[in-house]
Amino acid sequence: MLAINWFKYSAPSTFYGAAGKMIPWFAASSVLLFILGLYLGFFVAPSDVQQSEAYRIMFIHVPVSILSMFIYLIMAGYAALGLIFNTRLSAMMANALAPTGALFAFLSLWTGALWGKPMWGAWWVWDARLTSELILLFLYLGFIALHASIDDPRRADRASALLAIIGSVNVPIIYFSVQWWNTLHQGATIKLTGTTMHVAMQQSLLVMFLACWLYVITMALLRVRSIILERERNNQWVMELTEMKP
Amino acid sequence: MNWSEFFSMKGYGLYVWGSYGMVMLVFIIEIAMVRHRRTLIVRRLRQMRDAAPNV
Amino acid sequence: MNQKAVTGLSLAGGLSLTGLFVLIIRRDLVLAIRRRADVLTTLIFFIIVVTLFPLGVGPELNMLRTMAPGTLWVAALLASMLSLGRLFSADYLDGTLEQMMLVPQSLSALVLGKMVAHWMVSGLPLVLIAPVLGLQFDMPAQALWMLILTLLLGTPILSMIGAIGAALTLGLRGGGVLVSLLVLPLCIPVLVFGAGAVEAVTSGINPAAHLSLLGALLLLALVFTPWVTAMALRISME
Repeated sequence: MLAINWFKYSAPSTFYGAAGKMIPWFAASSVLLFILGLYLGFFVAPSDVQQSEAYRIMFIHVPVSILSMFIYLIMAGYAALGLIFNTRLSAMMANALAPTGALFAFLSLWTGALWGKPMWGAWWVWDARLTSELILLFLYLGFIALHASIDDPRRADRASALLAIIGSVNVPIIYFSVQWWNTLHQGATIKLTGTTMHVAMQQSLLVMFLACWLYVITMALLRVRSIILERERNNQWVMELTEMKP
Repeated sequence: MNWSEFFSMKGYGLYVWGSYGMVMLVFIIEIAMVRHRRTLIVRRLRQMRDAAPNV
Repeated sequence: MNQKAVTGLSLAGGLSLTGLFVLIIRRDLVLAIRRRADVLTTLIFFIIVVTLFPLGVGPELNMLRTMAPGTLWVAALLASMLSLGRLFSADYLDGTLEQMMLVPQSLSALVLGKMVAHWMVSGLPLVLIAPVLGLQFDMPAQALWMLILTLLLGTPILSMIGAIGAALTLGLRGGGVLVSLLVLPLCIPVLVFGAGAVEAVTSGINPAAHLSLLGALLLLALVFTPWVTAMALRISME
């Protein structure tokens, strides 16, 4: 989404049109990559020696978990941009990303639990990564709740932006402290990424990651367009816009 | 390559399809929510336009 | 807002930084002492929450002894969340906060003063009462000392991070619960190292690592939270 001339596209009206044109491309490529990734993951990748088929959950769990963390950092980045340059569009992008990020954090927990059951024998295991993911979900919910509970959109954007930045600074500290807490009580859990992975597995992981990423972009652009309409409803260009549609 | 064997996933079917099923479900719900939000705002804009057609 | 406190503020113009800092602490303490009930509610809440656990879990001492550090620390965390709402809201409602923000000295120093005053009112009592409650859980002596030390290091951090949440949710409906939702995830490292240190002592491990990390968090909080809270106040008061 690196626009050519950054500030030209930072005006909501121009970005609205640009996003509208980009969405079909992102959506289509995301669907294609999902199909390819699933094909690689289920038909090409061999079954694992220890867990036979259960490991295939990895192809969705790993991309979703990485992205849930990645989206939070991007959200904090947009929030910082919004605070520093006072560009309304950056704050809108941060709000557009938050729900998708929260859903990805939830999916990461869900798939992690379903993968943990055959591997560790329990639905929920206080593993360092799962616990940190749960806390990340709380950070997302805090961001969304703060933004939702402030009526004035400007203050809502700036307050939740500050919270996102504080959150992103705290995420490594939380990850470290949970890691520390976990190794104290339980000893290091088995490291899956350590085992040498079959090439088809790595390809599938990469393709699924890209597919999920494109999905996130599509969702963010779709949601930001609605946010732009909501925020700019009194402006002239919005009226002309919907004018065209019957 | 028969389908029943594929879906059973050597006994792990519940876990594998439980994960992928939930992911698909969440995606569908999110897409529905975003589109719903869009129809709401567009309808509201139309009402605003009809209520006060800018002269 | 009594007349003396307001006049104190108007003289703030000629005050040095530390002068303002002390003035704010004294002012907040005077106000808190006037409404002693608020101080006691935090304390009583802490005591009640801690005594609930044996009732829920059962009187078996071995179990209680292993649970003690975590229970006391979680109760301290919840108790300090309770009184955050009042940190800025009283001044916000009667307009003093706006005057305070016009003070020529840096807003961060003023905010730090309010944090220290809040800690003295809500954090310090917890530290003093905690060992007594520790006896309920039959904690050994050195664990009690470690509990006091970790709470002494930890509760200021809770007040400071809590102040950020209080500033962000200024004047919002349902602010009390919202502050906890925002602040609790950020306080998890403090809980982990605080409770971990006490538990390390009971199981004979050297708690130096936990304490140094807790101290590091305290210093980080001391440096950053006043500035961030000042920024949050400016955002909320626009």
